[in-house]
Amino acid sequence: MPEPLRPRRRLMQPSVIPGFGLAFGYMLTCLGLIVLLPLAALVARASGLGLSGIWEVATDPRVAAALKVSFGISILAALTASTFGFLVAWVLTRYDFPGRRVVDAVVDLPFALPTAVAGIALASLYAPNGLVGAQLAKLGIQAAYTPLGIYIAMVFIGLPFAVRTVQPLIVEIDREIEEASATLGADRLHTLTRVILPPLIPAVLTGFALAFARGVGEYGSIIFIAGNLPYVSEIAPLLIVIKLSEFDYKGACAIAVIMLAISFATLLAINLIQAWSRRRFGYV
Amino acid sequence: MIPFNDRTGRRARAVLATCLLAATLGAGQARAQTELLNVSYDPTRELYKELNAAFVEDWKAKTGETITVRVSHGGSGSQARTVIDGVPADVVTLGIPSDIDAIARISKKIPEDWRAKLPNAGLPYVSTVVFLVRKGNPKGIKDWGDLVKPDVAVITPNPKTSAGGRWNFLAAWGYAYERDGKSAEKANAFVGQLYKQVPVLDTGARGSTVTFAQRGLGDVLPTWENEAYLVFEEFGRDKFDVVVPPTSIYAEPPVALVDANVDKKGTRKAAEAYLQFLYSDRAQALFAKHRYRPSRPEAARKEDLAFLPEVKLFKIEDLQGSWDDIQKRNFDSGGLFDQLSKAPGR
Repeated sequence: MPEPLRPRRRLMQPSVIPGFGLAFGYMLTCLGLIVLLPLAALVARASGLGLSGIWEVATDPRVAAALKVSFGISILAALTASTFGFLVAWVLTRYDFPGRRVVDAVVDLPFALPTAVAGIALASLYAPNGLVGAQLAKLGIQAAYTPLGIYIAMVFIGLPFAVRTVQPLIVEIDREIEEASATLGADRLHTLTRVILPPLIPAVLTGFALAFARGVGEYGSIIFIAGNLPYVSEIAPLLIVIKLSEFDYKGACAIAVIMLAISFATLLAINLIQAWSRRRFGYV
Repeated sequence: MIPFNDRTGRRARAVLATCLLAATLGAGQARAQTELLNVSYDPTRELYKELNAAFVEDWKAKTGETITVRVSHGGSGSQARTVIDGVPADVVTLGIPSDIDAIARISKKIPEDWRAKLPNAGLPYVSTVVFLVRKGNPKGIKDWGDLVKPDVAVITPNPKTSAGGRWNFLAAWGYAYERDGKSAEKANAFVGQLYKQVPVLDTGARGSTVTFAQRGLGDVLPTWENEAYLVFEEFGRDKFDVVVPPTSIYAEPPVALVDANVDKKGTRKAAEAYLQFLYSDRAQALFAKHRYRPSRPEAARKEDLAFLPEVKLFKIEDLQGSWDDIQKRNFDSGGLFDQLSKAPGR
């Protein structure tokens, strides 16, 4: 079939769906007002310090320690949340059992719960005199008021993201593919690792990214269980609050900008891995 | 130094303030009724609930007008910030003078000489820091020096975010300074050791109270005198004891009129009367009832005063100079608290 006449390369392929201009303009306006404008204001406020000033804030030992706590624990928590979340999603879609819908609804609760309530609930549970904390204390483990407490809170708030991103894809897996795989002689493990898991990887990564981003930005629930000791269990958002109570708006914005930059880099990296896995496995 | 004073910022704040005002007014009926907003610190909830009711009654009797007084509570520093950022407070009643100084310096809504406008340097009542310990005082804590005994865990809020935390910090410093022959170096070391024995640094005084009283952490909670008695009476006399150290700090939670706001809202007369009312016999008695130390104890009931024992109270200004210096020296970025927390590990 001959190519249609194209006088020059166009920036974008014309679409068959009408209304591109209107929709695109609307999208830009909304995105600009709701997302980009506040971010720009943040950057503008921080830019009063200049790049060297922001770098100074970032390399301040206490800020660096808090960033390490925030990002390090978020990654660990997101790993846990996506592993465990995958399992939850799998059980919820592949098996039928009494109370399945209730469990399905329970998964969303961390979304809906005010974070402070979650924090207080977790702290009273994991405190040395709490239900779980008392048992852990017997083993010599202190959960609340240590970095472990931060991890627990982050897993709690990140889990629904991990579950809800993977679940629809597991639903969509065609049973016939598994049957075909079996008919063609693959054993169960082979079917799982070569047929079922690869198309789910991008969704798992998305869930990981969301849980990670949520954990990094979380303040309310963590503050009650973290202990908040400088250099040990102090998260970066708390340092922002501390800067604000010193009326140091620039410093607060600088930490926020640094967090944004690291988060953006991490999310970008995850997106690249996703793109790579799509190419590699040729799915979705 | 803060770019918040540019014109757009001010306009944005004005818009925000108008919206907030409209929202608060709209919530009730839009009657032309005077309404005062008192922006206060955290532990005064119980106090101002009773005090405001008394003032409303008093105002009605004197002028025949019905007035509403709203109070907002929160950490002293963040409350000051909301006023700077445009919350239309008529009066501020905060936990530490430096927070009112900050409003005056940054937003200019309060004159710099606010201390001179009211009796007793804007202090209708004062308070101090006492200790709440576990029942029977198992660790034998009697004085500030006992807080740094090796096996004692201290629960205190972060002085960066909490006014109560700042008073605790200054009280410990002042105690060591007086004890160790007025050596600032030794006092710094004492406070440094004390904060090494803090397992949880909550963001506010109430947070620390919960950590100590409900989560069961720590051996001693240095806290506002009123807060200690509140916990003692509400959470259980069978679980805690209040220990009053022989010396402690003269803690000053001041009040001030927010001039710029009352002039804009036309509430100056009522707001001024409200502040004056805090010095009246009735209010003074209420302060004592809630375990604050009234500036005119003769107006309070004897049985309330019995709860406020004689303590040698020192003024931190006498030891460290002006409030600007105190704030800079201890709590600003790079100040003593930051230097002390430089050494990681406990």
